[in-house]
Amino acid sequence: MKMYDLPDARGHFGPYGGTFVAETLIAALDTLRDNYLRLKDDPKFKEELAYELAHYVGRPSPIYFARRMTELAGGAQIFLKREDLNHTGAHKVNNTVGQAMVARHMGKPRVIAETGAGQHGVATATVAARYGMECVVYMGSEDVKRQAQNVYRMKLLGAKVVPVESGSKTLKDALNEAMRDWVTNVQNTFYIIGTVAGPHPYPMMVRDFNSIVGKECLTQMPEMVGRQPDAVLACVGGGSNAMGIFHPYIPYEDVRLIGVEAGGEGIATGKHSASLSAGTPGVLHGNRTYLLQDENGQIIETHSVSAGLDYPGVGPEHAWLKDSGRAEYVSVTDEEALQAFHDLCRHEGIIPALESSHALAYATKLAKEMRPDQVILVNLSGRGDKDMATVAERMGMTL
Amino acid sequence: MSRIASTFEQLAAQGRSALIPFFTAGDPDPESAVALMRAMVKGGADVIELGVPFSDPIADGPVIQRSSERALKHGVSLRGVIEMARTYRMEDQTTPLVLMGYANPIEQMGFEHFADTAKEAGVDGVLVVDYPPEECEALVSVLRTRDIDTIFLLSPTSTDARVAAVGKLASGYVYYVSLRGVTGAANIDIHDVDQQVQRIRKQISVPVGVGFGIRDGETAHAISQFADAVVIGSRIVLTIEESASGEAAVPRIEALMHEFRAAMDRR
Repeated sequence: MKMYDLPDARGHFGPYGGTFVAETLIAALDTLRDNYLRLKDDPKFKEELAYELAHYVGRPSPIYFARRMTELAGGAQIFLKREDLNHTGAHKVNNTVGQAMVARHMGKPRVIAETGAGQHGVATATVAARYGMECVVYMGSEDVKRQAQNVYRMKLLGAKVVPVESGSKTLKDALNEAMRDWVTNVQNTFYIIGTVAGPHPYPMMVRDFNSIVGKECLTQMPEMVGRQPDAVLACVGGGSNAMGIFHPYIPYEDVRLIGVEAGGEGIATGKHSASLSAGTPGVLHGNRTYLLQDENGQIIETHSVSAGLDYPGVGPEHAWLKDSGRAEYVSVTDEEALQAFHDLCRHEGIIPALESSHALAYATKLAKEMRPDQVILVNLSGRGDKDMATVAERMGMTL
Repeated sequence: MSRIASTFEQLAAQGRSALIPFFTAGDPDPESAVALMRAMVKGGADVIELGVPFSDPIADGPVIQRSSERALKHGVSLRGVIEMARTYRMEDQTTPLVLMGYANPIEQMGFEHFADTAKEAGVDGVLVVDYPPEECEALVSVLRTRDIDTIFLLSPTSTDARVAAVGKLASGYVYYVSLRGVTGAANIDIHDVDQQVQRIRKQISVPVGVGFGIRDGETAHAISQFADAVVIGSRIVLTIEESASGEAAVPRIEALMHEFRAAMDRR
């Protein structure tokens, strides 16, 4: 096993990561970093977090052997880490519980969040209700229209949803707006970022809170199959579920780590969200990472059937894992992801999130190239209830 | 001596503060940029900050973001803004020009190529909003070899240690952000700003400018009593936005500059 201890003290993963923000935010980030570094090793904080994860989130999530998907693919055995069974239906809550607890310890009565499809917004609104905090969620006005159900969920949970009208009116603009709110209200407000992006310490902190996923797998896989898997697969948008399951496996060099990006209508069409597969390094949202951008360094619009993967950047640690060769990054198209979505529904009785369906789609491809005694572990990062309208519309139906 | 240094030296000798307008270059259209710059200088501006439009301006409020979007609709890029500076420089060899924007367009152009192109066009300073000092050493050293000043932001929450770190890298002037928040936000507390500027001066030898939240002559007058420069941004951008066209904005901007200049020079 090889030691891995990134990021460095200034939040760098090789040339990536860092703190690329205006001076007005530095003090807030330094304070957050100091508080987080103190809390993360504090026995009392760890005990509180473990309690919340067990009794509120419902951890540990099981690992499930997908026997009929394995037969369908015809090759390596496919196992699913069932993050879809968490409270709120996805891995996102691992992070929001953790950050909300940091916020409580820092004495911040108000939390804010950005959201694309609404999953992180719902997970934030959920914990804000749980801890009695004021909650404001920024959401692109286009997404507000497309995700009416999640908007209503957040309202039920007591959050205020602010539609963002600037730029492309999607996730990245919601992030811009949340950042502005934080700069203005930093004295009483904690910004709960939803993915492993943003300025230091966010990529590290969000990864740490999600790495409970991979840590559980490290003990669960030997119990189930007597060893660690040959490959671990996860979808990558911003990359929080992937970092969560990858990170504990980084020192296990025999385990392939494969991130699956959203290929949209195909990389060649330009309509995709595959920052690692088709992007170039640059600076956005406080960190240096791979970005989808034009030749002048302007960020370009992305496309994916899955709103949760529709982001022009990616967490900086993934950028480093790509360059260092420790992880591989591939992409599958909307069509392939939808096929995997339907296959899992029909063959396993599990409705996966469209995001997670990307990882599944690549797993079935990869399984065919592997032997039946080999093992693939897929992070089934969320359930697909939220995607009913999208899938129905694709099939020419309106619900 | 750089254009920025000599401008501040002359003003100091006259006991005056610099008036520094900011506008997003290419807003409302690229054709108006040079005429707007001319109007600013005619109205009494001493240094011009040219905003480089970026798709995701996270440190700016809605007014400047909209101006960025208008410029981007015309395809204005970092290269395009440098070209505007070059065109203006042909008719005015003395007014310092500062590019203000975000890191990504500069990183895509490449530090060396950017610095060479900017220098040759007659650009005097560069302010990268999302490059705090700890991420900016590489760019500073490239700009230094071309005698281009690197201007940094300081905020009410900057610790003394950070002020010192900025002091080591900064040249030209530093820009004190007088508000907690984004550009174009609420009003400022003059007494507090005065205290902060005094704190900064203990560790920083270059001139100290103050910006964010200065939207009328009275505030500019009060700030000019203790700051070396007054930066006006959102008020100008808003005036451009409210004008029917770039052409219509030109006389309004000149009048606005006169108003600020007169207030600042009042004894």
